[in-house]
Amino acid sequence: MNAKTNPNARPIIDVRGVWKRFGTVDVLKGIDLAIRKSEVTCIIGPSGSGKSTLLRCIAFLEEYSEGEIYIEGELLGFALEGGRRRRVSDAEVARVRRNIGFVFQQFNLWPHMTALENVAMPLKLARGIPREDATKRARAMLDKVGLTNRAEAYPSQLSGGQQQRVGIARALAMEPHIMLFDEPTSALDPELVGEVLQVMRDLASEGMTMAVVTHEMGFAAQVADTVVFIDHGVIAASGSPEQVFRREENPRLRQFLQNYFERNVFWQTTDEVPAP
Amino acid sequence: MSFNPAILTDNWREILDGMLLTILIWVVGTALGLVIGLVVAIVQLFTNRWFAAPLTFYVALMRGTPFLIQLFVIYYGGPFFGLDLTPLVAGVAGLALYGGAYFSEIFRAGFLSVPVGQIEAARMMGISRLAIVRHVQLPQMLVIILPALANMTVLLSKETAVLSVITVNELTSVIQSIGSTTFAFAETLLFLALVYWAFLEIVTAAARRLEKRVGRFMLRTQG
Repeated sequence: MNAKTNPNARPIIDVRGVWKRFGTVDVLKGIDLAIRKSEVTCIIGPSGSGKSTLLRCIAFLEEYSEGEIYIEGELLGFALEGGRRRRVSDAEVARVRRNIGFVFQQFNLWPHMTALENVAMPLKLARGIPREDATKRARAMLDKVGLTNRAEAYPSQLSGGQQQRVGIARALAMEPHIMLFDEPTSALDPELVGEVLQVMRDLASEGMTMAVVTHEMGFAAQVADTVVFIDHGVIAASGSPEQVFRREENPRLRQFLQNYFERNVFWQTTDEVPAP
Repeated sequence: MSFNPAILTDNWREILDGMLLTILIWVVGTALGLVIGLVVAIVQLFTNRWFAAPLTFYVALMRGTPFLIQLFVIYYGGPFFGLDLTPLVAGVAGLALYGGAYFSEIFRAGFLSVPVGQIEAARMMGISRLAIVRHVQLPQMLVIILPALANMTVLLSKETAVLSVITVNELTSVIQSIGSTTFAFAETLLFLALVYWAFLEIVTAAARRLEKRVGRFMLRTQG
């Protein structure tokens, strides 16, 4: 964590001037963001600020309206031809984003498959890995997220936290270079949040490059190298956790953190946002 | 005139032939209809509107006109378009096209019933569109649409009777000719009704069994 990264290294993800419109509504208004190898970037902000949309654009689950997103140097989703951009084929999109793993707020496991099949199936279908090898790797991934004994369970037989850990194992099995987490704990009962965050902490300490949209300020403060605050579709503040949580004076950010703090205080109120 | 079941046993050979032909038409017509329906639904949902629009027109045409008229057009109108089909081939093709239109609507609803997030997850894993259909969507939607598919299959069993108008010698046509030569309408028509009812029961029983099999993962929720 807080890995020493070379600021000159080419970013794994390079977002340049990205706009996203839904109809007449501008959800993202010129986002610039670079994520380098082994960095953990936490994206925070009020709901509706565009933070999930940004993550979905980076995964090309949403088509961005303007700007460029580069994944390991390759332009995502479009080809530039004489200054105009042209949408490339789905197969080409899949090729460029092959090294991105995505973890969803709603887990999005396939309910008709066991935990093991959920992890092994993509290996077989997308990578052509033979059944036995795929199963072996899937078991190893479930071990890694602490679900060795639940491999044969269907998603409906698992708790939310277990389902999300299967979701993480499923993404990890593809050996991604970067993991994107879209509010991975927002759909969980409070007592199940910890087990998922622990898996993510372990990943970060192994040097996985991660971008995490989250409401878990504690996690952001402890794990992130960079915290990005998005408000009304723009990056209103960014920097180290120390910088963003303690020193940054953007009033919208202060208000956001103050609200968060008040919501989570139950023993004793103070006027100050707590130290990270 | 008394009720005389011997009318049926006397003509058992013709009746059996008619029944086998009806089953053949039904099974082949339904199978082709399922394939047509699935392909039409996939093209409508997953390709662009240039491919989808003609198919939407086809579905509307089939659902909006009587099956009887469709058969006439294919069989008697076919030669006009250089399509010279035997009654049997015209009949099976007609049944398949007619059933396919309805099946496509059922499949379409089925595809839309699988949550989008599951498909996004599969796409993020790099799984191809067709493999997503095969491994993610179909297994789940079959549980949901099976009753509707079974219902349509039963309907098609009865539509096979319409093929008698283009001289296909299926069960209804055989029974009618026996009835009109012997004037034993009560026996023959009652028998006919019982046969179609038997088809219903067979399909319903098969659908129940299949439902349990494909729905395994849903039944285990009690864990």
